Parts: sequence; C-alpha cells; structure tokens
Amino acid sequence: MSTQLETTVASADSATVDLTYREAICAALADEMIRDDAVLLMGEDVAEAGGVFKTSEGLVERFGRERVRNTPICENGFIGVALGLAVTGFRPVVEVMFSDFLPTAGDAIVNELPKFRFMSGGQCSVPVTVRSIGGSSGRFGTQHSATGESWYMALPGLKVVTAGTPDSAYSLLRAAIRDDDPVLFFEHRGLYGRKAPVDRSESNVAEVGKARVVNEGTDVTIVATLMMLDRALQAAMRLQEGEGISAEVVDLRWLRPLDEETVQRSLARTGRLVIVEEQLHDAGWGASLVSRLARSGSLPVGSTRVLSLPDHLLVPYTPLLEDALVPSVEKIVESAREAAEADPSRTPGS
Amino acid sequence: MTDRPLTQPTPDLQQQLAWQRRMLEIRLFEEKVQELFQQGLIQGTTHLCQGQEAVSVGAVSALRPDDYLTITYRGHGHALARGMAMESAFAELMGRRAGCCGGVGGSMHLTDFSRGLIGSFAIIGAGLSVAVGAALSAKLRGTDQAAIAFFGDGATNIGTFHEALNMAAVWRTPTVFVIENNLYGEYTPLKETTAVEDLARRADAHGIPGTIVDGQDILAVNAAVSTALERARSGGGPTLIEMKTYRFRGHSRTDPAKYRPAGELDKWLERDPIALFGRHLEENGHASSQELAELRTAVQLDVDAAADRAAESPFPTLEEIVDYVYAA
Repeated sequence: MSTQLETTVASADSATVDLTYREAICAALADEMIRDDAVLLMGEDVAEAGGVFKTSEGLVERFGRERVRNTPICENGFIGVALGLAVTGFRPVVEVMFSDFLPTAGDAIVNELPKFRFMSGGQCSVPVTVRSIGGSSGRFGTQHSATGESWYMALPGLKVVTAGTPDSAYSLLRAAIRDDDPVLFFEHRGLYGRKAPVDRSESNVAEVGKARVVNEGTDVTIVATLMMLDRALQAAMRLQEGEGISAEVVDLRWLRPLDEETVQRSLARTGRLVIVEEQLHDAGWGASLVSRLARSGSLPVGSTRVLSLPDHLLVPYTPLLEDALVPSVEKIVESAREAAEADPSRTPGS
Repeated sequence: MTDRPLTQPTPDLQQQLAWQRRMLEIRLFEEKVQELFQQGLIQGTTHLCQGQEAVSVGAVSALRPDDYLTITYRGHGHALARGMAMESAFAELMGRRAGCCGGVGGSMHLTDFSRGLIGSFAIIGAGLSVAVGAALSAKLRGTDQAAIAFFGDGATNIGTFHEALNMAAVWRTPTVFVIENNLYGEYTPLKETTAVEDLARRADAHGIPGTIVDGQDILAVNAAVSTALERARSGGGPTLIEMKTYRFRGHSRTDPAKYRPAGELDKWLERDPIALFGRHLEENGHASSQELAELRTAVQLDVDAAADRAAESPFPTLEEIVDYVYAA
C-alpha cells in the first residue's frame, strides 16, 4: 500500500515525462550513473558517437571517457573485462550492438558471468548488465535481426529481461543495473522511436522477476515481450472494438526468473491463452511457459494458441518476407478469436 | 641447458628459504593428490604443475597482498604460492565444505578473494580479460594495484589472448601476462600448433614489451615479474612474459604423456626447479644438504596432516549451495 502511495506522490510531482524508448534507455543510464559512481558504460561506439542506436547520446560529455568507454570489437574480451571490473567494485553496463553478436561472447555469457559466483562458493557477486539490441523490422538481414531473447534463458546464475515499452525500458534497466547478479537486458530496435509517458521518479525501479499486466481483460490472456507486446496491445484494442472480446495482455518481462504466477492468475480469470513471441517456439520462453503451466495443471490445453517465428526458416532481408515472418496484429487477433471459440463454456464479453 | 648458473640472488636469506619451502609444499601437495586419487578421496581430474613450481612461487612472491591474480585449471601451485592453506586446497579437491570454494569448485577452480585470487579458469584464455578488468578497476580507482594473469602456451592461440593484450595495451592497464610455456597444449606439441617458437614475440603485435625467462630459475622469474610489476604500477602499461618451463606429468590425470620424445623428460628433470634452487642454497652456504632433507621431511609431515584434517570436513549439502547461484 505504502509503496503505491509513494509512487503516486512521486508521479504527481511531475516526474512523468514523454520519452522515446531510446531516450528512456539513455535516461536510465544517466540517472544510475548520477546515483552511483560505480556504474560504467562500455561497448562499441558508445562514447562520442552516442551508440550506434543513439542510446548513450550525451553521456560521455557528461560523465567522461573513463566512465563511458569505447571498446575494440571483441565482445568476449570486453565482457571479460566487465567481469573483472564487477568483482573489484564496479557495476559495468556493456552494450552489445546486435543480439546476433552475443554468441561471439559465448564463453563470457555462458561460462563466466553466470558461473563465476557459484564456482567460487559465493565469494563474490557479479553486477554486470549486458544490454543487447535485436529484433526484426529493420531490413538488416539474416545476421542482424535476431532477438536472441531465449538463447541464454537456461543459465542458472544469469537473469534475462526484455523491455517492451519506454517506461519498462527505464525501470527495468535501472533494476538490472542495481541488481547484484549478471543481467542480460534485451532491447528491440523496432521500438526505439516509440514515445510514451515514463515515470522518472526515484522509486520507478522495476521488481526483478515480475511480469506485468499491461491491459486488463476477462476473455483471453495474451503473453508477449518486446515488439510483440506492442502488437498484442493493438490486437487487444481491435478485439474489444470489433468483436467484443476482452483481452488481458501480460508483458512477461523477465525470462529468468520466469513469472509463471502472474500468468496463472490471469488464466484463472480468462481460461484462454495466446503466446506471441518473435523467435522460434522450440527451446524458448513460450515453450517453457507452456511446459510449466502444464506441469502445474493450469494450462488450458484446448484453448491455447502459440504464435512464433516459423521453425523451418531464417529471417530474410527481403522486406516483404521479413514482415510476413513475424506475428502480425491480424494473426494475434485471429489466434485470440480461435482460443475464445475453442472454449465456448466461457462466453466472450460476459 | 644444465650448465647455466642461476641469476644472482636479490632476496634475503629468509625469503629464499621460504621460497624453497613453498616449492616443496607444492611438489609434495601434488604427490599427495595422486595418492588421494588412488584412495578415491579426490575424483574427476587434476592438472599437475610439477616442474613449473619456480614460476608459481617466483612470480606470485613478487606481488603485493592487494594485487589481483587470475589462474587456470593448472592452478594448485599459484594458489599455494599465494598463501592458501594446504588444508583449504585439499578440502576443495575433496569437495568438502572446508574447501576454499566450499567444496563446489574442485581442483580447477581454486579461488580466494581474500588473497586477490579472483578466478581460476577452466576455459582456455578466459582469465586474461578478467585480469585486464581488475587492472582497469585499480586504475580507475586511482590505486597502484596490479593484476597478473597466468596461462599456458596453448592459450596464446585463442582469441581472448589477443583481445586481452590489445585492450590492456590500448588502455595501459597495470597487467602482467605470464605464459607458462611447457611445450604442450594438452596432448599436442606446441610446434605442431604454433608457427613461432618464442611466444613472447606475440607482444610485438600489440605494442607491448615481451620478455623470455628461464622458468626453472626462481630468481630469474621473480626478477622479471618484479620489473614488469614496477612498470605496471608506474603507469607503463602491460608486459608479456614467457616462462620457458616444462610439466613433468601429462596434461591431466589420465594422460601418461607417451607422446613425448624419448629423453625429453630426463633432460628437463635435470633442471628440476626445486633441485636447482636447493643446489644454489647449498653452494652459497645458505643451507646444508641435511637441512634441505629435513625441510622436505617437515613439509611432508605438514602435507599429510593437512590432508588428514581436510578429509574430516563434511560435504556441503544441495540446500546450502543454492545460495552460491545468485547474490540477490
């Protein structure tokens, strides 16, 4: 209760501003660097160039080259450096320009960051945030369009989070930086220009491991992340206006730890599930969520629909085909309708 | 090769005797490890550093208590040289709670943050960039701490070696990179995988000094590392040091090292760093052969007692190791 009140008070104190997703990232970095001298930013082109996606514009002028550091092009090496900085007192934020580049740092991400504390018997903590930018819609071709969000979710010791809105980007990045464990933070390139209100108050730091209901509804639960969240929200509006179907949209946010409970609570209301992911279903968060819900007996088997990337294709450059590959608003509407019709015991709109 | 005299001594007598004792501890510790393996008290695998003790002790003794080290799966020598109690190391190899990592790390991950030993890596080359990070951290904090990374000849062919040297050079971090060139990368001779014989030459590619040192000569090792550390602390940047050395055993426990040419091992055994330094102590009148024999007996007793005490420690439980996964 008191937390809610404080948030409200802070918001009323004109802390809410309209920011693009890009500006929200930059604001989170700046605010955390002001708050804590231990926070550093490093990566390719992050200093004077302001980052290839302009998410660190103005930071080097403000915080200097020691805290905003251009690195050579060697992801495995500079994430290793971040690890060395982290276990000796710093909180480095590392930018990896495209998610497709994460595997070049495979050892650092798979073997070092998550295992370091464990192997030492808990002697240290590893507060490294690795920001990675991915996703389709840029016409960047096969090696620059992965979201990569599910690739590293099965690594105990690591936390994995996705930002679907400007306010999420702000509050989740601040949470990731403050967390004492390594966090892999996913941004979607297609969202950088989106503008929305961001609560820039001191208390707007997201809770680690919690999903968020972004649109309340009663007939069907749509779970999504990143750009698919935006499409799910558009689909929810169409479903309400066009067909009288009330869709609850859940932004899953964290893939590890994965918040099964919030989805379960939503399903208890709606009894129908649509998963929308910009990635393959196999070995991803959608499959994990379905499996977990099945295990706990809360999966509405007959009225579940899953929208993912096709499992037999890769993302092409071809603009028309790139668009055709990714779940669209129309497809989400269709799947939600199907899920609703599959369980007629619950009358849509009732 | 056997004729070369040891570099002139600089450390005092007490220090020299302490070095000899520490090298003996490492040698006999690893002999005991073999024995404990036969008894089933240690399982999995181990990578012994027998023959390379002068590198561990000579280099580590050049460090200050507040410096940082990253080591590798062949790390018993460095950990003991840094002052880790033998009991703690034995317990770790036995998977016991009293081990330096609570028993979950094992032989390949001897770590002790209280001694600046911030990581022991079982992935080739991974420790180098972490040492660069620790050195950068010291620089950003304005201290004159340094970081030293130990790794084998095989690591000089993996990308992170070059990535780390380049970053250290560009950012002038106080880092000392120590190659322990024991002539074999796992089971394969270096000349089969590497076109240059002197790995120190690779420093040229990154614009930093590279030096070659007789790794069997503890005085030479200590002098070279001391010089590099001084350079690092005074803002001169990183140094690459190649220690020419040899491992008397195979790569790991199950490797009998039959791929080595006949006579090679014998030739290197003549330059056993412990015998070499013992002779030096005798020749300079610092210790008699009887005193050196007594030292060995005393160390053996310590080793046996440490192993016995370690074996009494309980195993950790699954419940308690959960806390090691996440800090928050």
